[in-house]
Amino acid sequence: MLFFQSLISGILTGGVYALAAMGMSLVFGVMNISNFAHGELMMLGMYLAYYLFILFNIDPFIALLIIMPLTFGFGYAVEKTMIGRVIDHPSENQILLTVGFGLIMSNTALLAFTSDPKILTTSYSSSSISLPGDISVSIPMLLSFIITCALTAALYLFLAKTKTGMALRATSQNREAAQLMGIDVSRMSSIAFGTGTLLAASAGAMIAQTYYIDPFAGHTFLLKSFTICVLGGLGSVIGAAVGGIVIGLVEAMSSAYLSTDWKDVVVFVLFLAILLLRPRGLFGRKGEQ
Amino acid sequence: MLEICDLNAGYDDMPVLKSLSLSIVEGEVLSIVGNNGAGKSTLLKAISGLVRSTGSISFRGTRINGLKPHAIVQKGIVHVPEGRKIFPEMTVDENLTMGAFLNPKEYRRHLDMVFSLFPRLSERRKQLGGTMSGGEQQMLAIARGLMGSPKLLMLDEPSLGLSPLFTESVFSSIGEISRSGVTVLLVEQNVCQSLEASDRGYVMETGSIVLSGTGRELIENPQVKRAFLGM
Repeated sequence: MLFFQSLISGILTGGVYALAAMGMSLVFGVMNISNFAHGELMMLGMYLAYYLFILFNIDPFIALLIIMPLTFGFGYAVEKTMIGRVIDHPSENQILLTVGFGLIMSNTALLAFTSDPKILTTSYSSSSISLPGDISVSIPMLLSFIITCALTAALYLFLAKTKTGMALRATSQNREAAQLMGIDVSRMSSIAFGTGTLLAASAGAMIAQTYYIDPFAGHTFLLKSFTICVLGGLGSVIGAAVGGIVIGLVEAMSSAYLSTDWKDVVVFVLFLAILLLRPRGLFGRKGEQ
Repeated sequence: MLEICDLNAGYDDMPVLKSLSLSIVEGEVLSIVGNNGAGKSTLLKAISGLVRSTGSISFRGTRINGLKPHAIVQKGIVHVPEGRKIFPEMTVDENLTMGAFLNPKEYRRHLDMVFSLFPRLSERRKQLGGTMSGGEQQMLAIARGLMGSPKLLMLDEPSLGLSPLFTESVFSSIGEISRSGVTVLLVEQNVCQSLEASDRGYVMETGSIVLSGTGRELIENPQVKRAFLGM
């Protein structure tokens, strides 16, 4: 039964990882920038969910309706004023900028909210459904997984069917040719970064009941998102979705059969193995460095 | 239609175009020929706004240098880049939809037009661009450019890497495009064929125009013969 319990919790946790990683992958694909502030954007979502609940008594899942447009706007503005300026610069400059932006965010949070971890407790935070065979499924994790599936489907349809979504894909596949089609690629970058921020913050808001909320809560997720993006193939949104579930499962299985202390080791060994054996990832494009 | 006067452009302090001037007359097929590194591609990139330039480029009386590439496309100048640059993970249909990004209203009419020009594409509408042969990709790149309903179509090395048969069909499509009322600016290393297909031509050398004339005049020019045709 340990196997099935780990399988279910691995998939549920993996869904959240997938959501965060899809945002990172979209930004990387369209802008060719690795966003080291991605974890802080998740942290932003966690605090937003926390304070919307504490101050206005809004359920964290309902709060997504407020958090999503708010963080999209925030990401759009951040791209317009900062990230967009380094898009044609060497990658060291881009890394310095996104790392610096992340530090400013986490330290602002430290100043504003102190380093004391916050715990968001709703009436159903610790409730779970029992399945036959002593398997329990946490309600908040189940809800977040369902919403993650809906958001993934929405993102997929947006990229596949809408004019703006197609233009985002075109920009990610060949930025120069996209410009020659009359696509305003700097606007596409802003939209991609806004969407990436929205996805990271939504992931943060949805795990706010499950994890401690503190100014550095995003760090572990930053590394995981990178691992997932590399596993799925950098720039591939579908790859990130699948990669997230895989990493969730690997973690759950290694916690169950080795020990919790070993789960990060297993994940990063897997990360190195992918870089060595299949550097373009599961769904990566051919011929990219 | 397009007037270029005293144009300078380049990359990171490395000048490529040196006070270049030329003009394009509405309705003609104009060739620019020259060796590798003469600055032909840079010239097209300067016109389409991918490379910054000083001097003046004016299109139908309005100055366009300094505009963003998407604003220049909006004015009716479409650049089909060297190396085709199709979207590899999009289908033929999706590539063509992207070509019509700025005027989706005329999508149907243009689609019929490009399919009659390149019937082969209409058989492969669901195929991913990246899985097609070089010649098919070139057809797709030209078709994608035409979807933007250009007044001026600029083709950069459309015959590069193509078999003689595909090259022939690309040149014959250029004739048809021109007859449909589109002005064509053709950049080629395939000097003889492109001059034959053109009303006028310019010869470029190290960033400047060194010769100009009708296509026929240039083919028969002894300098051109010596430099490009090995005669």
